Amino acid sequence: MILGSINPAVLVAALMVAATPILLAAIGELIVEKAGVLNLGVEGMMIIGAVTGFIIAVNSGSPLMGFIGAALGGMALSLLFALLTQALMTNQVASGLALTLFGLGLSALIGQKYVGITPPRTPKLDLGLLSDIPFLGRAVFSHDIVVYLTIALVGAVWWFLKYSRAGMILRAVGENHDAAHGLGYHVKRVRVLAIMFGGACAGLGGAYLSLIRVPQWTEGMTVGAGWIALALVVFASWRPWRAMAGAYLFGGVVVLQLNLQAAGVRIPVEYLSMSPYLITILVLVIISSGKARGSLNAPGSLNRPFHASS
Amino acid sequence: MRAPLLRLDGLTKAYPGVVANDDVSFEIGEGQMHALLGENGAGKSTLVKMIYGLVKPDKGRMHLHGKPFAPAKPSEARRNGVAMVFQHFSLFDALDVAENVALGMENPPPLRDLAQRIRDVSEEYGLPLDPARLVGELSAGERQRVEIVRCLLQDPKLLIMDEPTSVLTPQEVDILFLTLRKLSAEGTAILYISHKLEEIRALCDEATILRGGRKVATCDPREKSARELAELMVGQVLTPPERPAKPKGDVVLQVDNLSLASNNPFGTSLKNVSFTLRKGEVLGIAGVAGNGQDELLLMLSGELPAPSVRVQLKGKPVGHLGPNGRRLLGLVAAPEERLGHAAAPDMSLTANALLSASRRKGLAKHGFIDWRKTESFARDIIARFDVRTPGPHVLARALSGGNLQKFVIGREIELDPDVIIVNQPTWGVDAAAAATIRQALLDLAGKGAGVLVISQDLDELLEISDSFAALNEGRLTDTRPAKGLSVEDIGLMMGGAGDMHVAHEASA
Repeated sequence: MILGSINPAVLVAALMVAATPILLAAIGELIVEKAGVLNLGVEGMMIIGAVTGFIIAVNSGSPLMGFIGAALGGMALSLLFALLTQALMTNQVASGLALTLFGLGLSALIGQKYVGITPPRTPKLDLGLLSDIPFLGRAVFSHDIVVYLTIALVGAVWWFLKYSRAGMILRAVGENHDAAHGLGYHVKRVRVLAIMFGGACAGLGGAYLSLIRVPQWTEGMTVGAGWIALALVVFASWRPWRAMAGAYLFGGVVVLQLNLQAAGVRIPVEYLSMSPYLITILVLVIISSGKARGSLNAPGSLNRPFHASS
Repeated sequence: MRAPLLRLDGLTKAYPGVVANDDVSFEIGEGQMHALLGENGAGKSTLVKMIYGLVKPDKGRMHLHGKPFAPAKPSEARRNGVAMVFQHFSLFDALDVAENVALGMENPPPLRDLAQRIRDVSEEYGLPLDPARLVGELSAGERQRVEIVRCLLQDPKLLIMDEPTSVLTPQEVDILFLTLRKLSAEGTAILYISHKLEEIRALCDEATILRGGRKVATCDPREKSARELAELMVGQVLTPPERPAKPKGDVVLQVDNLSLASNNPFGTSLKNVSFTLRKGEVLGIAGVAGNGQDELLLMLSGELPAPSVRVQLKGKPVGHLGPNGRRLLGLVAAPEERLGHAAAPDMSLTANALLSASRRKGLAKHGFIDWRKTESFARDIIARFDVRTPGPHVLARALSGGNLQKFVIGREIELDPDVIIVNQPTWGVDAAAAATIRQALLDLAGKGAGVLVISQDLDELLEISDSFAALNEGRLTDTRPAKGLSVEDIGLMMGGAGDMHVAHEASA
């Protein structure tokens, strides 16, 4: 039996790592969309994060500096999107697509000299006794700190949206920007801040790929992770924990199909490679298809430009 | 004379191309019910936006309690005791009642305490509300309560109400007035914006009338007749539409026991709707917003397909046909939302004329558009319905609400239909344009077409309808002759005031 050669503990450990970059990007985009902005530039911001994080980490020797740089890099690119869509009132869909193309091209340009280099290693977090628990220790408690911080971030975003006043204002702006403006909230300010948060998260997700998951810099290395993050947000009905479940499902299938490839299953490699995308979207569609339930949660002003005219 | 609360001195605000307010001055006393009266576009909204800090005046001063008052933003106005209930509610469908209230407050208490205070205040003023419900599920009347409660929680000194009764049943209006009188007796001044004269005469003790951005008079509305007020407001003498008497003809449209799910998660599904419409008949359908009007229009126009035999046009089943198929057979429709539904905002009037008329008027042949013919068709509409615009090349977006409404209704009437369905034909349209539109509908009925008017304006329905029905939570009442119906009867047909009665009786 081929599956017998796959160790479940290793599988779980690997899926958490595989899911983290997508989850980071998705949770950032979730906030952006909750504020009523559709930023399709996630892929571009991720890859910019991947390359800036990589360059800074290699030159400074510190993965931490790399991650900070990646967040700032992603944020810088998102500010370009904010400038286009919030100040210059351009179309969000077109601007987002342009942002992705721009990010892919720019990252290839500035990353030219860094192909083939190994980045400084990010240490695994030492959790002492926890790591010694059989199975769980290997599967769940043997990761780098970013994996845990990402889970904490999902919790923080969930709490922020559900319980904090700032989160309520953000939802209000995304739900009905005219009403929010009428009550005296700064629609554009809220949206620019949300876009920046989304950019920083996407940047971190990209850096996780280039500094930990792969770890190397290659051109176009995000291979659609940003698009999966975007799909996750929609199919998770804009709920943080559901987005996390979706990301872990995607990570799980990615790892499983890699293992199956390695084990030499007689399914063409192309089918295995496309399976994570197919399965994740299929499962999420089924979950969110409960008759208009999913769309009920969609922010009312999503992708509608706001202009304070009267 | 009461102590003055708010004094306005020479407020002026100009937008590019239009002076919205020109040197407006008046005073509101403490606890006074002050009406602000004017047509659409007279500058009422701009004026109250200045008081509420949403718009900054170009010139002029305001004094509150004798001190200079120049709010730079709404939160500053709220801190000074000015609260506002908006015409288009400033509510968030996907948030619950308590969250909606909290968003309109400066320093809201924790949500749990707030829920209790919402219950207390809503009971005290006879406005029952459940703080945990999603606003998207509430009726228009309940949504307005959310807005009012939001204001009351902040102990306002001045409460601005922008057209508050346009979405209420007559019974709900009575209860709102009870609440407002109670507030006024407790010393809260109310600035009441409306163009409904009888309401103002019943409620207010002073009225300021605006026309074209200028103040034309301040008077005691109880001492003027509704007619005098209307003429001050409009600046001309109005004639009610004429209706030629005619015998009833054959049935042109029949809907038989139709139930249809809404296409909108917050919408209202139609339940067992039946009615018939005859040649030359004007059927008025009343109802508070959100009781299935949109769905009824979509179903009749063909945008929401229905089981084929349930909808019959001149005896033919048409339920399965889309809008183009029905239009070809002689059924046309003009929806409520002018921009984006009836007309494409960024297309010219010519193109918009083409969109609905191409097949019936033969404006396209073999897939090619005959632009010359289309443009002359658009010109005909513009000329016949007195659409004020430089020409048919103008974008639909650039027209004022009333002018665009004349265009989209005129476009359908020019198709010479057998049945026309209109939803809110004169909503937000000034009195002169409204009279033109009503007259055009009556003329069409006079020529033998069946006319179905869905509207929330009861006066309009009583003025033009032969028969009358009401929508209530997706159910249509039996059709009754319009002659002899009182406003009370209609209110009961529309579903009365629901649970609000009980609360007021309990607190009385």
